[in-house]
Amino acid sequence: MNEIVLVARHALGNKVSAEALVASDGFSARYDLNRLEGVFSRPSHKLVGQSYIGRVLVLDTAKGGVASAWMLHEMQSRNMAPAAIVFNTVNPILAQGAALGDISMIAGFDCDVTAVVPHGAFVEIDPATKTLRVLRAAAGEPASATFAQGQQGTSTVHVKPAHR
Amino acid sequence: MLLDDEETAMLNGEQGKVLQMAMRHQIQVGEFFGARDFVPVTQAHIMADTESLGQAGVMWLERLSEFGDGRHTVRIPTITDPRGTDFSKASDLGQRDWMVELERRTIHAFERLGVSMTDTCINYQTVLAATRGEHVAFGDTGVVIYSNSVSGARTNFEGGPSALSAGLTGRTPRYGFHLDEKRRATKRFRVDFTPRTLNEWGALGGVIGRLAGNYWEVPVIEGIEAAPTSDDLKHFGAAMASYGSIALFHIIGITPEASRLEDVGGDALPVHHRIGRAEIEALTASYAVAKQVDVVVFSAPQLSLYELRALADLCDGRTFKVPMLAITSPQVAPDAERFGYTRRIENAGGTVLAGMCFYQSYAREMSEAKGWKTLATNSAKLVNILGGYGYTPMLASMQACIDAAVTGELA
Repeated sequence: MNEIVLVARHALGNKVSAEALVASDGFSARYDLNRLEGVFSRPSHKLVGQSYIGRVLVLDTAKGGVASAWMLHEMQSRNMAPAAIVFNTVNPILAQGAALGDISMIAGFDCDVTAVVPHGAFVEIDPATKTLRVLRAAAGEPASATFAQGQQGTSTVHVKPAHR
Repeated sequence: MLLDDEETAMLNGEQGKVLQMAMRHQIQVGEFFGARDFVPVTQAHIMADTESLGQAGVMWLERLSEFGDGRHTVRIPTITDPRGTDFSKASDLGQRDWMVELERRTIHAFERLGVSMTDTCINYQTVLAATRGEHVAFGDTGVVIYSNSVSGARTNFEGGPSALSAGLTGRTPRYGFHLDEKRRATKRFRVDFTPRTLNEWGALGGVIGRLAGNYWEVPVIEGIEAAPTSDDLKHFGAAMASYGSIALFHIIGITPEASRLEDVGGDALPVHHRIGRAEIEALTASYAVAKQVDVVVFSAPQLSLYELRALADLCDGRTFKVPMLAITSPQVAPDAERFGYTRRIENAGGTVLAGMCFYQSYAREMSEAKGWKTLATNSAKLVNILGGYGYTPMLASMQACIDAAVTGELA
């Protein structure tokens, strides 16, 4: 495959690499997740039932209320957070939550990032250069991830094949 | 970001560790969004229920409140969004002792930081409405969208850590809706049907929120035929913010920045979508998947005095078969008692709660403890949220919800 490198307008956090969960859908920690089990729980969400722990979430836009500003920090404290979050369009709440929760985030592209990054691909997020790099496309088995700070102890989670 | 001398001193720790932490957080967020500097703010409003904070968030607040440098209280009026319980009725809701204890610890930490525990998401109706052009740092998306749109104030969505930081530093990064250019309309909607009930206003807000798409979009709405009430716009805005992450709308001839379409640049925009009764009914119908109702809830946003009066009128002479919860603010609750509204609601078998909001109060755990699955409400915001918490929420008028509380079924 051709190398895919996308440059974002907004970025914060540390360099991480992990498997990507990709959907053309929104994201709110309150509305969309069962944070106790670490899975998407909103029935209408395209990633419903899938684990987000240690994954790079690649989604269209931040949704919902202000709770995510606390919830990302709470999820990180239990090693049950995503490795990074990537949005076409972010809102202040998710950025504030990523800052407090020490979760890497990049957002704002000249393309639809959810259409370019393959679901299940292994990707690298580098906030210093504001880049998302696709390291390899999706394989039959999910790759093990290099987790963000505080997540080294998290075991690899196997996710179902893409439902997009 | 450009910092003045005081901000530089805060960042360098010369005004204590708490302000240094707050300034670091604000700069990180400000630089993320390309803010050039800070803007002074006059009020802050913090969302911080403990279901969101968790143990980690409560401990973070406690550490902040326990710094012994004596310079850790807020410097502008700083108030709170609803708590995660009504302490007097926690056991009735199936809430556990550990939840209540987390709430008490949070309140203690906030009080040490000088925060006023107003516990309300309708501060613009009950505490102190922001005024046109006033820069504030408000949490709760419903508070933000109402204050930006109806009051003409200026705020972004400020999550709990950022709103608290703003309360401590007295300023917030200047980006987003603090800037004139971000307040211009970006999508134009033509409405052919003016809602009559709160659930219809909420549904219209939800439809527009979904169509608008994301936080940076500013809908301008034409075709509203009569001035809505504060409660109408409360439900309208709260739903739009919930469905679309929208923070500002303009209604031509109604909201203060849009006397005319051209005032907000709407005349240069094509009509993005026409919305009629069918779209509102379709959104409502999409939730109508069951008949049986386990619980009826009026919440999100908290009820005003006049919503409680309307509810009391509907409760007279009725006897409820299923639980009915009406949730209001600590400021409204005493008046509702004085005027007899609470007694009339409770005579029918309902419960009036204060200082909490249903979805911010361990909704999943309440569902499991009480066996609540199907829920009827007149709040479009609430039905949008509760699906993720395992409920089957349904949207109906206040009248239909009360009828459902009597029969156990939504007609």
